Amino acid sequence: MCTTCGCGTGQTLINGKPLHRPHRHGEPLRFRVHESNTQVAEVSTSRIVKLEQDILAKNNGYAEANRRYLSGRGIFALNLVSSPGSGKTTLLVKTIEALNGTLPLAVIEGDQQTDNDAARIRAAGAPAIQINTGKGCHLDARMVGQAMQQLDLPNGSLLLIENVGNLVCPASFDLGEAHKVVILSVTEGEDKPLKYPDMFRAANLMLLNKCDLLPHLDFDVNLAIEYAHRINPELQVIRISATSGEGMPQWLEWINGGCRHAVATKPEEQLG
Amino acid sequence: MHEMSLAESVRQIIEDAARKQNFARVKTVWLEIGQLACVEKESMRFCFDAAMRGSIAEQALLEIVETAGRGQCVKCQLEVPVAALYEPCPSCGSYEVRVTGGNEMRVKELEVE
Repeated sequence: MCTTCGCGTGQTLINGKPLHRPHRHGEPLRFRVHESNTQVAEVSTSRIVKLEQDILAKNNGYAEANRRYLSGRGIFALNLVSSPGSGKTTLLVKTIEALNGTLPLAVIEGDQQTDNDAARIRAAGAPAIQINTGKGCHLDARMVGQAMQQLDLPNGSLLLIENVGNLVCPASFDLGEAHKVVILSVTEGEDKPLKYPDMFRAANLMLLNKCDLLPHLDFDVNLAIEYAHRINPELQVIRISATSGEGMPQWLEWINGGCRHAVATKPEEQLG
Repeated sequence: MHEMSLAESVRQIIEDAARKQNFARVKTVWLEIGQLACVEKESMRFCFDAAMRGSIAEQALLEIVETAGRGQCVKCQLEVPVAALYEPCPSCGSYEVRVTGGNEMRVKELEVE
């Protein structure tokens, strides 16, 4: 908080102290007064334009279009989000191998640079499109919409979208997916849900990954789950290991359940 | 740094409004940002200046109006203030607090000429 006037200057802290930025103090909406005051000649050419527009409206519009496209084809889409290095791509590769062609699926890979991840997915036998966001820190709905058009997914598919490894920014950007799935690996801290609450709030399922390593770590599984439930009491949790296969049957059943639901709720095709 | 994307969206909203409502310069931009929205105000200020460069809002002053986080406790049904998503209900201590306000990210109004 600003010590001059008490106004908030953001939550950025440096060594625990708020960042102070010189700024103008004043009534935020003072121009409304000027507007109706004919004595203030120098601002008489100014006017106030009311907008009340959601900053994310454009992204949300694209996301809704994606959602319509997906539901019209009975496609179950998941947006996988996590920190870098949580094992998302390995988990995807194992998931593709375990599904073993039982349902049509495709992957959209998001990374700032390289198509290494898409190459790994293709080697596992699934079509993949790599989106490189360049300097961008998240996928947005427009990028994903364009990638979906290129994939030309058959009806009843599973679409796995691996977002850029980042627990912050992708939380705000709806891609049109059915669910966000957050992956937390046990080599990270138990308090990640408290440190990055927006993502754990936005997700419907948490995969607690790399559980095969638990015997070698001090990671407290129950504490991690408790923290996640503080942020999001309805968050489902599956303990999983892409290496040992622990939890894979539950994960595959969760996916299959979602796919069955997507197909069952697909609108009837219009005849003629 | 998704604030850059958000600032670019603000620029698009301003440019769309300029075409429809016929103005050539923006002097002030008021953003309404909820306390629980995924926006860091300092980053937004920094990105705003960068994103507006070369636009009709290049010299515009950015005013951020913060709205308070609000929620309803699922257990005791009380309407409570929510300063952060990990905070419990101040009355009964439950973490099951449903957020009812303070998520906004809106371009509220512009002062234009």
